[in-house]
Amino acid sequence: MDIPYTVEIRRDTGLTNGKIGIWLFLASEVMLFGALFASYILIRVGSPSWPRGDTILNVPLATFNTIVLITSSVTMVMAWASLMRGRFGTFRMYMGGTVLLGAVFLVVKYFEYSHKFHEGLFPSTNNFLAIYFTLTGLHMLHVLGGMVVNAYFWGPGAKLWKTNPVWFTNRVENSGLFWHFVDLVWIFLFPTLYLL
Amino acid sequence: MTSEHGSHSADTVVTSEHAADIDRHVRIYITVFVALMGLTVVTVAVSYLHLPVPIAVAVALLVATVKGTLVACYFMHLISEKKLIYAVLVLTAVFFVVLLALPAVTHHNGYWIPE
Repeated sequence: MDIPYTVEIRRDTGLTNGKIGIWLFLASEVMLFGALFASYILIRVGSPSWPRGDTILNVPLATFNTIVLITSSVTMVMAWASLMRGRFGTFRMYMGGTVLLGAVFLVVKYFEYSHKFHEGLFPSTNNFLAIYFTLTGLHMLHVLGGMVVNAYFWGPGAKLWKTNPVWFTNRVENSGLFWHFVDLVWIFLFPTLYLL
Repeated sequence: MTSEHGSHSADTVVTSEHAADIDRHVRIYITVFVALMGLTVVTVAVSYLHLPVPIAVAVALLVATVKGTLVACYFMHLISEKKLIYAVLVLTAVFFVVLLALPAVTHHNGYWIPE
């Protein structure tokens, strides 16, 4: 049986089911990260002293990663726009770029983490590092998850383009919504953890 | 746009939205990209000024909110979305604010549970 409303618009919602589904999921994600942001505020306000992020963390690397993630959001939206124009080859290029930029982000984060561990700085060291590793770790898992889905649409999942291009385009739009959300979370994480 | 899941040609996607419309979208994406890069530079530059913490927090959150709004409005197409999505997001925003307000309330009384 076919999944309903993947291509045609549901009259009562004005949306495809995939679109409303991804937004409900993102709403739950807002609460997940929101709970950790609230924890951050509580821990910071309740502690007698709090280090500036840049005295412990590497700001140039994080700035580089911010640029990488923002660029990947642009390549993601360009991948979708390419499908809207019917240009599959261009889509492949942009989607491949998005996945690669996600990988660059993770590699940089790996170096950041391993440097901290090498210096003997662990989540158990202090409250700042505990909330830093928790927030960035959860965010990294989201980057990884987004990369897996995007890589699927770049590779085997792209077969759908031949049989049902509209459905495929909608799927890419939805995975894009998740990817932009991950970018959006980082836009808040970066100043909060590294610069304040 | 056909509603069947049978064979569609790639043309279906192109005709579903005018090509000129997409070109306009792409120009907006590039503009937003440049704005996001500029605001990233602002965020980092301001941190070097070593402003007092309350002001630094206010500036950083303001710039991050502007960047986040740009991403949500243009990359996530919230500038022209259906009512139901807005309704979901308004509800989410209310719960999010309550969630973030909890620590503030806690701090106001010193402790949530009176000693």
